[in-house]
Amino acid sequence: MKRTGLFTLQLAFTLLVCAFMLVPIVLSVMAGLTRNYFQGIESGLTFDWVIQVWTAYAPTVWLSLQLALACALCCVVIGVPAAYALVRLDNRLSRAVEELLVLPVAMPGFATALALLLTYGHYSGFRSSAGFILVGHVLFTLPFLVRPVMAVMQRSHLPVLEEAAASLGAGPARRFFGIVVPNARAGILAGTLMVITLSLGEFNLTWMLHTPLTKTLPVGLADSYASARLEVGSAYTLIFLMLIVPLLVALQVVSNRLSRGALR
Amino acid sequence: MSDLAMTLPVRPTPLRRRVPLAIVVTLAPALIVLTAFWLLPLAQLITLGADADRSGTPGYLVVVSSPAYMQGLLQTVALAAGTTLATLVIAGIAGCFLARHAFAGRSLLVALMTFPLAFPGVVVGFLIILLGGRQGLFASISTALTGDRWIFAYSLFGLFLGYLYFSIPRVILTVMAACETLDRSLEEAARSLGASHWGVVRDVIVPGLMPALISSGAICFATAMGAFGTAFTLGTRLSVTPIAIYDTFTNFANFAVAAALSVLLGVVTWLVLMLARYLAGPRSLST
Repeated sequence: MKRTGLFTLQLAFTLLVCAFMLVPIVLSVMAGLTRNYFQGIESGLTFDWVIQVWTAYAPTVWLSLQLALACALCCVVIGVPAAYALVRLDNRLSRAVEELLVLPVAMPGFATALALLLTYGHYSGFRSSAGFILVGHVLFTLPFLVRPVMAVMQRSHLPVLEEAAASLGAGPARRFFGIVVPNARAGILAGTLMVITLSLGEFNLTWMLHTPLTKTLPVGLADSYASARLEVGSAYTLIFLMLIVPLLVALQVVSNRLSRGALR
Repeated sequence: MSDLAMTLPVRPTPLRRRVPLAIVVTLAPALIVLTAFWLLPLAQLITLGADADRSGTPGYLVVVSSPAYMQGLLQTVALAAGTTLATLVIAGIAGCFLARHAFAGRSLLVALMTFPLAFPGVVVGFLIILLGGRQGLFASISTALTGDRWIFAYSLFGLFLGYLYFSIPRVILTVMAACETLDRSLEEAARSLGASHWGVVRDVIVPGLMPALISSGAICFATAMGAFGTAFTLGTRLSVTPIAIYDTFTNFANFAVAAALSVLLGVVTWLVLMLARYLAGPRSLST
């Protein structure tokens, strides 16, 4: 490929887009570590803001992590069998169900949260527990698990393998756990990582569903942006980034290997 | 299955029955959860929208006859559409470039540009404030250069930038994947027949990418329609529909109108998704 003027122009454009994505993150990290952002970096670097945020907001971090893991577990338990059924069925009905699964994501999260609140809000035990948020997260993240699992299952010649197992006398349950699940593990891994990442960052639904006792990390972030000084908000964002970036890196590695077909 | 039934007419029933039972068992949990926690609440929301609010008018009628709500909705749709178009152009150019050229640091660039994918809207709003807010980067640069303070974070433009921020990574990934599957020989053929560079882009590359552009554009639009976090951080003065729903629900406890607005927002989003699917052809949105 010739390196022409056009190449340079496109490279410059791409770098500009990249700067738009990265400069604010760098600013935020800097602000979280600067003693006084208004005076600038000359005021000195400090971990005080991060420590202050941690003492005030650590429970939100723990709750978010627990929610994300619980959400991933629910999605795997519900979603892997569903993906299997949809791949096996592969007809008009299965396409309709697939559509139904994706709808909570396509619809504004707000509408879903409002609907949940208006229907189940008066069961106060359920309303005030973190389970209420969990339900919203599962609805929102389920398709992100089902789709990669379905994609892997479609590629791995399940009918042939299952038939072989059946001819050797394996029952349905044994076939599912012995053949289907192990063959789909790469898709399950990619989907689980995605679900955890999305659940950690979910705000649209959570803001409506949370109570003062069930505050998640993004809800705490919104609180700190609205009421605390810029340095505190930035330090809090830094904590969030430290949680989410390793997950995203892992996700990228897994999905790269998945798309090259190295994992199956 | 039907071929089998024809060759084995003696016992077609056991073979036909075994598969559906396994499928019913595996599909049931997902269907139960979806029905109980999504379809049922949604039906409730739709009926609640028809209830009378305090003035005695049904929620839907209040929304449709209120210029403020309708204008807000129009603004939301316009903003989402504008974001989608701008994202498609920006991510289309950058995505094609990244997919087509190999150079040092390319994979790092791709990784850096796509990792804001999972940032929640609130964080994106905060990042826009750091760029264009009162103590933002642009405010300090412009004060140093011209003496004016450029503050754009709390306006509709700030919201637009925020929506761009979380839309670009998603679309770039889709465009890159689609670009890699394009048939290069078509471009060579067009070039050898004397097509200019722009001619190739307009008549070969863009049509080839169209299904990917439409499907990722539709998702981009749907996300922008429902994005609440960004607007929430940037300031609740902005009159976009998610903020209006939040206000009606929380500050005025007007459930009927809040439900009606949510349903309307959902219907508009769904209509656009259906339109995109119709344009893109069957099965292209589900990938």
